[in-house]
Amino acid sequence: MAHEHKLEIFRGLVKFKSNITKIWGIFLFLSIVTVIEVAFGIVKPDFLIDNTFLAMKLLNWIFIILTLVKAYYITWDFMHMRDETKGLRRSVVWTAIFLICYLVLILLIEGDYIYEVYKSGFVKFDF
Amino acid sequence: METTVAKTGTEGKTWGGGNQPLRASYGKMMMWFFIVSDALTFSGFLASYGFSRFKFVDAWPIADQVFTHFPFLHGVDAPMYYVAFMTFILIFSSVTMVLAVDAGHHMKQKKVILYMFLTIIGGAIFVGSQAWEWNTFIKGDYGAVETKGGKILQFLDTDGKRVAIRDFAVTLPTARDTHENKNGVWFQSEPETQTSFSYEEVKAGFLAKENLLVRVQYKDENGEHIVLSREASLDKINHDGKLVVEGANLRHNEYGTPLFADFFFFITGFHGFHVFSGVLINIIVFFNVVIGTYEKRGSYEMVEKVGLYWHFVDLVWVFVFTFFYLV
Repeated sequence: MAHEHKLEIFRGLVKFKSNITKIWGIFLFLSIVTVIEVAFGIVKPDFLIDNTFLAMKLLNWIFIILTLVKAYYITWDFMHMRDETKGLRRSVVWTAIFLICYLVLILLIEGDYIYEVYKSGFVKFDF
Repeated sequence: METTVAKTGTEGKTWGGGNQPLRASYGKMMMWFFIVSDALTFSGFLASYGFSRFKFVDAWPIADQVFTHFPFLHGVDAPMYYVAFMTFILIFSSVTMVLAVDAGHHMKQKKVILYMFLTIIGGAIFVGSQAWEWNTFIKGDYGAVETKGGKILQFLDTDGKRVAIRDFAVTLPTARDTHENKNGVWFQSEPETQTSFSYEEVKAGFLAKENLLVRVQYKDENGEHIVLSREASLDKINHDGKLVVEGANLRHNEYGTPLFADFFFFITGFHGFHVFSGVLINIIVFFNVVIGTYEKRGSYEMVEKVGLYWHFVDLVWVFVFTFFYLV
């Protein structure tokens, strides 16, 4: 069985010598990202909380983007998605991403709608 | 090899069998099928969590104020450090898993054994940490009062520090005790599900101490829970309070809305169950490696397949971590 691994990450910016050094490199990268997330979660800088982009706090944008970055490297390098054929990669990733985005979009819009109904409707339930 | 791969003698011909669509073996392909469907299950849970949170967006508990404990550090406010630790454990066990897969590619049995073992240990530590986290969450810390409308009132002193109900509740002789069989009918006892103080006791203690304030679930524009003035607090306690809540279960939750506890138990529980079954499968594969099954088979693909599952569990945790503890 041949097991060629693509050893470049960051679009070829970093190229590892062997698969094992690549694994440790990815681990280092994921750890740094996690440390950044936790640090932001504890410090919570004011300007990231006060400013919003598309109705979401900048801090939450940072968390979600960093999460997606982590998810990308776990899937691509730990699960060897980088070495799979294009067809397999697309049928797994695009299917999941499309369905998840759709579900999240619908449920969050609906949740926000119910929130508005509770807030401005006639039902008084705060007692 | 013979046991897993059937040769038909017509390899190489398109319809002769033995093809691997997308150049992935049958087992790996099915693992990807499973992972996609399981990912959708988890996103269903997380999306419904988001739905409920958006529904009560101005009254949702703040994770930093809920998960503040660290083992062996009592009374120290340590938000999120423990979850961060758990995240590291899981990422690290993912690393050892992928190292095991790599060693399997090079047919190094000894190394596969070592790395599989480390992976199992990492998984076990993670499940144990989750049990500890659940235990802390269920037991609770400060206690709270639930109103007639099902809202949670928490207690602070005038400096803004949390106060536990055990620190100010008085003991009233009229309060009902847990029935124990040594005091009453010997064949009857009741489960100790009663709170340590009755509502009347907490109320009397609250009225007696001038420096206590009530914090409600609703948040101000900065996203902090609103702390009522002493007058408004007295009004709340006198008119709305109903029962004492200590810790969390599926119906009552001292940290805020019961939905938060429900989703916590359900999502982290479902994930913990995945980790647990992952550890079991890892153990099975580990022993197969030890007795040389894959060495005889000539391929360590089984390690690769269980590795895919294990990384998936790590992947899910990355999302649970973000949406439950950070955002």
